Order: sequence, then structure tokens, then C-alpha cells
Amino acid sequence: MSDGLSGYNFAYLDEQTKRMIRRALLKAVAIPGYQVPFAGREMPLPYGWGTGGIQVTAAVIAPGDVLKVIDQGADDTTNAVSIRRFFSRTAGVATTTRTADATLIQTRHRIPERPLTEAQIIVYQVPIPEPLRWMEPRESETKKMHALLEYGVMQVKLYEDIAHLGRITTSYDYPVRVNGHYIMSPSPIPRFDNPKMNQMAALQLFGAGREKRIYAVPPYTRVESLDFDDYPFEIQRWDQHCALCGASDSYLDEMVTDDHGGRLFICSDTDYCGERRAAGHRGDTDLPANPAPRTAP
Amino acid sequence: MIATLADDPANGATNGDIPLLQVRDLGHSYGSRIGCRDITFDLYPSEVLGIVGESGSGKTTLLSCLSGRLPLSQGTIHYDTRTQGLVDLAALSEAQRRLLTRTDWGIVHQSPRDGLRMAVSAGANIGERLMAVGARHYGQIRDTARDWLQRVEIQPDRIDDLPSTFSGGMQQRLQIARNLVTGPRLMFMDEPTGGLDVSVQARLLDLLRGLVDDMNLSVVLVTHDLAVARLLAHRLMVMQGGVVVESGLTDQVLDDPHHPYTQLLVSSVLQV
Repeated sequence: MSDGLSGYNFAYLDEQTKRMIRRALLKAVAIPGYQVPFAGREMPLPYGWGTGGIQVTAAVIAPGDVLKVIDQGADDTTNAVSIRRFFSRTAGVATTTRTADATLIQTRHRIPERPLTEAQIIVYQVPIPEPLRWMEPRESETKKMHALLEYGVMQVKLYEDIAHLGRITTSYDYPVRVNGHYIMSPSPIPRFDNPKMNQMAALQLFGAGREKRIYAVPPYTRVESLDFDDYPFEIQRWDQHCALCGASDSYLDEMVTDDHGGRLFICSDTDYCGERRAAGHRGDTDLPANPAPRTAP
Repeated sequence: MIATLADDPANGATNGDIPLLQVRDLGHSYGSRIGCRDITFDLYPSEVLGIVGESGSGKTTLLSCLSGRLPLSQGTIHYDTRTQGLVDLAALSEAQRRLLTRTDWGIVHQSPRDGLRMAVSAGANIGERLMAVGARHYGQIRDTARDWLQRVEIQPDRIDDLPSTFSGGMQQRLQIARNLVTGPRLMFMDEPTGGLDVSVQARLLDLLRGLVDDMNLSVVLVTHDLAVARLLAHRLMVMQGGVVVESGLTDQVLDDPHHPYTQLLVSSVLQV
């Protein structure tokens, strides 16, 4: 075993804790969408930075794994860099920014554009695991509502969107129904990514560190986004193409480029954008080798 | 003919009608203190039963027991469900009981804030029960909500306003609409006119009387206001110290009270 830092167990957590988390994970996979409580540990990073995701990753990572960490689709943000380095030092595993090469992907706010495979696991960082929380503050009551499938209030939330704004404006953390049963928070991914969760080949694990909950969606499981018959679920669309790679099928971020109103739309998935440019695709704006190429730290 | 409390439904006292709600020896204790005890009555379809008594006489405890919000310490409640006929409520699973509460029953709280979702619009408040039983067509939910706003005399164009922008009387009417939208058969009302000024009370009572008639509702109405009871209730139970001291037809109880406490109650109504 290629241990990283001496004095630490493989992947930071002690074996007993990993076993506890794996038991929770097994239960979560067995009951898709059900929130399993677990004894979350203090991690060496603040709540809200991925303490849940990092514990799940630590529990499932093996020496042969290749880890990719993304934050808002990008591999090079502080959070992604820190977590990637954390595991390369405490577990000694290989890291990558290429979606295709990774066996384990920890993510915050995005699902990679490239379809995931059966050989991959994706771990989501979840701030608030309870989708009913905004309508019902009592935990005892939300548990009961899940158990008895009383999900009318989720519909009320969407109703309010349409009533006030003419369409469903919930754009991230859009509630889904897993395997025709539990309603689940997909973590704050844009609703653009919701359809990717449906029948995904990869195992999807969700960790909420502050709330100490784990849930999961096994491979090839039905994941439907809630909607109304006359207001069906729709993903976001843009009039623009990616300014760097010309992609029209990816989630675009708006970048302000100067203080004269200049702005660009570029892919939020940096690996996807980079791969397309490497393959010769070009957008309207040919930035002089900026921000590409992006390198792993 | 309206059955008296002592009538055994098995005797066919009401032309073979099955009571909607059958309560036997019901009681609830808060530890060693008695909330109410030995309550026995039948409630028939389309009947309004008033429960009157002073503060602390166990009216609200009784109502909470009946509507499933408090566990029973003793006794049984049978309810005539649409599908299974007369069933013991204690024998129903929690899921069935909650479904019953959401669809076949309605609960009108004294304070509309307890019964409404204050953070969502009036339309969503009315639509919630529909969505809870599977309505998924926004347009239809909205049409129903507008229709119900009209029926409780609220301007339909207030549909997207928050209940907090409504007056007390409007909130109370919204709460009633929210409960009636699934076409329940039984309503529990706890002082529905409490806290409203007299003219608004009168309008609300008028409205309630119309709705109860139109929808063939059975109502258990808790009030300390004898005038409200006189207007709405067919039958009256007078409570004191957790027990029923007198019961019978409303007019009979109010015009010819037998029990000393009822006599006191009736004589202490302010005359204008």
C-alpha cells in the first residue's frame, strides 16, 4: 500500500469509522433515496466545504483508485484542489482531471458532461439533504412524511414558482423521485444535470456532513424530476455556444471579462471543454491560450 | 328524526342510518389530571353537533381526541369510512389515519395561522390537499382554487396573495376553503368565529351554514359562544369539568336547561 503521510491511516479516517460509513452506504444503496443517518466525524475542513463527501470518498477509496474532484464543474478551484491533494497525501492515490480516467469522482454542484460508466462512482457533497425542509421544519414530521409518501408539499413549492413567475424557476437542487418512491434532494446541482441521474451507469453516493446523512442511487435506477402535467420539467437552455469550444450541449457559465460590459459564456465543465478544444473544436472567441491549458496541481 | 345520545345505533333508531362517528366512553388524561372522560355519542351524516362549556371544561381536549391529534386514554371511536364501512380508528394504520384526516376530514383551527401555510399563496393553500392526493395539473388546481375562493367570498384575483395580507375574517374563510376542497364528510371546528368582530362573525356563520347544507357536512363544533351554537348546531353537548353534564337538541337545551350549570350558562349570556 502506498501510504501518503506517515502517522495517518490510509485515507485519513480510521478503519472503524470507515466500516461504520460503509454500513450506512450499504443500507443507502439498498433503499434508493432514503437518508441513512451516520456518525459523521469532524474533518480537517469546515462544514459546507464537503465534509460529507470527503467522508464517503474516504470510506470507498482504494489504493488503485484514480480520483477526480470538481467544484462547480471546475477541477482547479480551491475546494477541488484541496480535497484532491488531501487524498493524494493521505491515501497516496493517483489523481486526475480527466473524467474518462477517473474511477472515483467527488463533486460539488455539477455532474460531468461526459456520461459516466459502470466502472465509476460519483460522490456528491450535500449541504441540506432533506428536500422537504423548506416546507416542513420539523424533522420528526419530515421522517413521517417520507415513510408515508406524503409528498404533496413538494408540489406546493413548484406551484408557487409557477403562480408567481409563470414557470418553474427552481434551477438547482431540483427535487427528484427515486425509483418511484422516495423524494430526494439531488444536492445543489443545476437542474440541467437532473436527467443525467436517471438510469446512470455509475453508482451515485451522497454525503451530508453537517446533517450527518448518507443516501445513494444505485446504477440504472429511475430518477424523475417532479413537475406538473401542464408544466413539464425542462432543463436550462442558452442562446449562446461555449466561447472556447463551441459546445451547444453543455452547461454554460457566464464570465465577466472586463468592466465595459464584456462577457463570455463558457462550459462549466473544464475537462469537457478542454477535451473538445484538444479535438479541434473552436468557439467564437479564441482567447490567446487563456484560460487553457489547465493543469492539475 | 334526530337520535338522542342514549340511542343505540343497533336499535335502528334513525331509520337504519349508520352513524358517521360513533364515540364510546372516550377519555383523555394528562397524567393524573383528567382532560375529559366518559364521553359517549353518535354523530349522523349531515348533523352539526355543538360542544359548549366554559374554558377548561375539556372541549378542546375532546376535539383533539376525536380528530386524532391526541391519543385516547380510554374508550373507542368508530368512523364510517367510504370504503370499509364502520371501523375502529385505533385499528387503522397511521398512513390510513393520516389519509383520512387529509381527505375525508377537515380541521378548522381557532387561529387561522395554525391551519394555514402562511408562507405560500392562497391558491397554494387551497391546492395543497389536492396535490397531496395526486393532482398534478396546474391549470386544474388553479381553477379549483379560484372556484373555492369565490365560494368563500374572497376575490378570485387574490389567489396569488399571501394569507398574511388577508384580514382575519378572510384568513378564516381561506382556512375553511382549504379544508373543504377535497369534499370531506366530517369537519372539526374549534371556535371558528373566535377572535372575529361581530359583523364578520355573522357573515362567517352565514357562509358556514350554507356550506354545511350544500355539502351535507357533519360537523363537530366547539364553541363557548351560545349564539354560534344556536345558529349552527342541531344538537348540543354541555361540558363541565371534563364530563358531559347535559345533551340534547340545541333549542331544547338552550330553552329549557335542566342541569344547574347549563342554567347558569344560559342565564349569563349578555342581553343587548
